[in-house]
Amino acid sequence: MREPHEYDDIPGTTVFDAERSRQGYWLNQFCMSLMKADNRAAFKADEAGYMNNWAMTLEQRQAVLDRDWNRMIMLGGNIYFLAKLFSSDGKSFQEVAAIMTVSTQGAYAQMMIAGGRSPDGNRYQSEWDAKRAGDPKVCR
Amino acid sequence: MAHIFAGLSTSHVPAIGAAIDLGKTAQPYWQRLFEGYEFAKEWIKEAKPDVVILVYNDHASAFSLELIPTFALGCAAEFAPADEGWGARPVPVVKGHPELAAHLAQSLILDEFDLTIVNKMDVDHGLTVPLSLVYGQPQEWPCRVIPLAVNVVQYPPPTGNRCLNLGKAIRRAVESYPEELRVVVFGTGGMSHQLQGPRAGLINREFDNRFMDFVIDAPEKATAIRPVEYLREAGSEGIELVMWLIMRGALHDRVRCIKRFYHVPASNTAVGHMILENER
Repeated sequence: MREPHEYDDIPGTTVFDAERSRQGYWLNQFCMSLMKADNRAAFKADEAGYMNNWAMTLEQRQAVLDRDWNRMIMLGGNIYFLAKLFSSDGKSFQEVAAIMTVSTQGAYAQMMIAGGRSPDGNRYQSEWDAKRAGDPKVCR
Repeated sequence: MAHIFAGLSTSHVPAIGAAIDLGKTAQPYWQRLFEGYEFAKEWIKEAKPDVVILVYNDHASAFSLELIPTFALGCAAEFAPADEGWGARPVPVVKGHPELAAHLAQSLILDEFDLTIVNKMDVDHGLTVPLSLVYGQPQEWPCRVIPLAVNVVQYPPPTGNRCLNLGKAIRRAVESYPEELRVVVFGTGGMSHQLQGPRAGLINREFDNRFMDFVIDAPEKATAIRPVEYLREAGSEGIELVMWLIMRGALHDRVRCIKRFYHVPASNTAVGHMILENER
């Protein structure tokens, strides 16, 4: 069980602490291996087979195959390590940020040019919960 | 005697390095950002430091999860630009200053800052982008560079207070080195940014500008910022800002800010840059 931390209530944010680092060790080390061109080629030729070289959990393997970045982060992935994976896919930080925030790259880039995501309303999970409760599109 | 006469802070966004390397600095997206560094380019030509102590963080390039030093001092004669997965940046090899670095390591450890000594290390965009911003695209970097890598990838990084005090110890260590050397400290990283998760893209102008105010005139107020406050207010990656406090600690209590620049965005990040000179 994860011990509670005072940063747990920051919405949409997974802090890469010692516990997550332990949880994500092999996922991140797998990503690290993609710094080498030969390894990238081997991974692309057989993604599932290549991952057998790493003691990753089934959930982590599936998240990689699905390129589910938020899920990988929940399972202990760190963004600087995951960057090796999305760079191998030819994706930029901004493209992946757009995916993680459920935006389009164009809309995300525009948000950044307009000054970025404001901290107002984005500091506490309770602020996001309140927003969601007021959204008629969300089932409760 | 060696001495530190100025400090320079700057963000180290990889996209800035790519814009320089690919000749995009005059494009509308980048123009304003690079204008903000014209002063620094002129200033460094006059200031001509012999050595830059460059405080930065590695981004899973030299250090994987196998080894996570909180403070790692580069003591080698040279440091190759890292291949971060898409080829190394086309920038010169970074020449170290092994003699001063060895002296720093020894002095700092006896001063109770237990650094990791690194004799082989590639340096990634965290170190080379600040050099490019200040020196442009020379054949050789015009100064020696001592890398000081700080862990800000795995939480928690060192506290702001620890960083400020390390800076003070660096000043003492430099001033006890017998050779006449003129030294500048770079503090890099930040400003507010979050690269991960559904809150990615967070930018906090107020926090960033208040932080800059604190760094200039009231660094002890910056040291009161708790780690969780950096995460919440400046984004999960904005906590890199603690590295600016190492630079600040290495300067006198009173400094003059001769350049201050703030710009949003570079890719996902708020860019901040300052030059501080010791009051004579």
